[in-house]
Amino acid sequence: MRILLVFCFALLAGATLSAQPDIEKKIQTQLILAEDGDVVTLPAGTITLTNTLWLDEKRRVVVKGAGEDKTILSFKNQTQGAEGFKVTNSSEITLKDFTIEDAKGYIIKTQQVSGLILQNITARWTGKPKKTNGSYALYPVQCSRVIIDHCTAIGASDAGIYVGQSDSVWVRNCKAFHNVAGIEIENTTNAWVYDNQAYNNTGGILIFDLPDLPKKRGGHVRVYRNVVTKNNFRNFAPKGNIVGKVPPGTGIMVLATHDVEIYNNTILDNKTASTAVISYYITENPIKDKAYIPYPSGISIHDNKYSAGKRMPTWKNKMGFLFWLKFGRRVPNVLYDGIQNPDYLNPDGSVRPEHRICVRNNINGTFANLKADKKFKGISRDLKPYDCTIPQ
Amino acid sequence: MLMAATGWQAALPDEAAPKNLLSEYGFFKGPLAELQAAEHVFPYEVNAPLFSDYAEKARFIALPVGQKMTYHPEQSFELPIGAVLIKNFYFFNEAAHSEKGRRILETRLLIKEEKGWKALEYLWNDEQTDAVLEVAGASFPFQWVDAGGKSQSIQYIAPNLNQCKGCHSYDGKFVPLGATARQLNRAVDASNHAENQLVYWNKAGWLDLPADFDAAAAPRLADYRHPAESPANPAFSDPLTARARAYLDANCGHCHNAHGPASTSGMFLDIFETNPERLGVNKTPVAAGRGSGNRRFGIVPGKPQESILVYRMENGEPGVRMPELGRQLEHREGVELIKNWIRQMHP
Repeated sequence: MRILLVFCFALLAGATLSAQPDIEKKIQTQLILAEDGDVVTLPAGTITLTNTLWLDEKRRVVVKGAGEDKTILSFKNQTQGAEGFKVTNSSEITLKDFTIEDAKGYIIKTQQVSGLILQNITARWTGKPKKTNGSYALYPVQCSRVIIDHCTAIGASDAGIYVGQSDSVWVRNCKAFHNVAGIEIENTTNAWVYDNQAYNNTGGILIFDLPDLPKKRGGHVRVYRNVVTKNNFRNFAPKGNIVGKVPPGTGIMVLATHDVEIYNNTILDNKTASTAVISYYITENPIKDKAYIPYPSGISIHDNKYSAGKRMPTWKNKMGFLFWLKFGRRVPNVLYDGIQNPDYLNPDGSVRPEHRICVRNNINGTFANLKADKKFKGISRDLKPYDCTIPQ
Repeated sequence: MLMAATGWQAALPDEAAPKNLLSEYGFFKGPLAELQAAEHVFPYEVNAPLFSDYAEKARFIALPVGQKMTYHPEQSFELPIGAVLIKNFYFFNEAAHSEKGRRILETRLLIKEEKGWKALEYLWNDEQTDAVLEVAGASFPFQWVDAGGKSQSIQYIAPNLNQCKGCHSYDGKFVPLGATARQLNRAVDASNHAENQLVYWNKAGWLDLPADFDAAAAPRLADYRHPAESPANPAFSDPLTARARAYLDANCGHCHNAHGPASTSGMFLDIFETNPERLGVNKTPVAAGRGSGNRRFGIVPGKPQESILVYRMENGEPGVRMPELGRQLEHREGVELIKNWIRQMHP
């Protein structure tokens, strides 16, 4: 194999048709030829690339820059591929210590990777946040055993850090700002989101289950010790995308997911919905997936710190406007749409314990059941029915 | 001595080292650029080709002596170890005047090895005398005159080996795409008479067809390029649907199926999909981002201009365009076909 490697480099040097810059080609060749246990080093400096860097069918490979402020991979002039960096069909892969920016679709996408570490990476779209930016900065999908640690995501027209259809995920010590969604966990099981800062996004942290996907159900998600502040940024998602419906001023939103615990977070100055627990019906999208359960259940929101005082909810979103109509400048911090799955009820009409929505012991934890199923009539501010715990 | 010999055997790379030059394989006799098949190499044709910026393709299969392929109704045929699928990409200098010569740009090989399929990429030299192995892909400006007499220029992209697998993937494993019954089940010019390609190969000893094989009942994609010549299809009675679904199967279905890289999207465009929602009908996008083009659904029946599918087929920008790889130009005829198909759908 070593011989082949040397042979290939010799070949590259001699290639006549190639007009690709040598450095890009060299890195891509190293990725293609990397063997078990190899460390591929990205040099310091700003490297301009035109095509996706791609690692496929590898084991135990580390791709390492000279530091977030030293190695900058720029895809401003990208002509090929939708991603900046892509990892597929691999195991035990680490990407670390670089900045990567301005890819056309996704900045780092990893698919079918078991054992993934993304560490000390800044993934960003430069310039003002705009809808022509790509959708996800960090995008593991169909992965397992994922750690995203000390990463920064900026400028995504969908989600900065987006983990989809995956299992066993830690997102920690990360920063996300100027994205539509800061951090989004979608159709993903056993995700822990902790010690992150999500600020100045449209929505800070989203926990979603969506229909029509191969991985049907997410859940068992813990969101704790995060600082989720001032997520009041305008929603710049292109239409058609589900996050386009998230109102500016959303702190944490749980959509149709089962078993989510949100605790010990600091959730301040999100003007419209500090924490919202909603069903998929709120999106008004049609549901044709028969295996899909559009209701959130088993949600526990406790020991979080919310802002006191008045805030003006956004008018630039139907929900925000409705909140203003109903509550004026005193929108409660925890909002539940109140749309109840009949299958989750006991014969006496009470909610079965494992499907409860529990809200307790929050600072400034004001609450409303929006009664969305009753056309928002008879909104209840009474927290007592939700003062509960969910049996483990 | 025996042990030493065994040791030497074991120290060999798992696979035969790729040859540096295309000519070293001996696939063609005479001047290489004429692509005259050598013995045990034979041309093949597909019903529904993948669009690659209007490139023409000359396809061949090389089989080891005495070995044959095994038929499968749905998946790729089983090819013997050592078999090679050879695809040459070329452009006529003037698309409307093939007699004015052509320029072969690249030859892609899929080699069946013990461990599975391996892709290799060879780039032709300017003199058209040979092609050289290339691992990391290449891109270069290229010009030709299209069928309408208009000069076209693109930055031609030869894929790197990972990009090959971007399309050639089934459950993460490398697979050929064209070696399926539905692609190969068609009439061809066999030794100066028209015959079904699969039946011809069976007679020639290249393919093991089931004894009860019936070409008319076997899976077949419509030839979307030639509506008039496309016979009734076993799967679709409506010819427009047959052609549109054939187009989607060949151009999108290799990724957009439950086992392909685009399984994440929940949108499946392979020929076997029967659920309208999974085909994209009134289906919201999952991770399309700006690829949605501000449209709400994959396919809006009756309304091609509101369908994300059409937007992404028309668009040439990386990150928006579909397919992601292998296309920069809009395939006008293909887009027109899909628009017509969506237009006649009942809301």
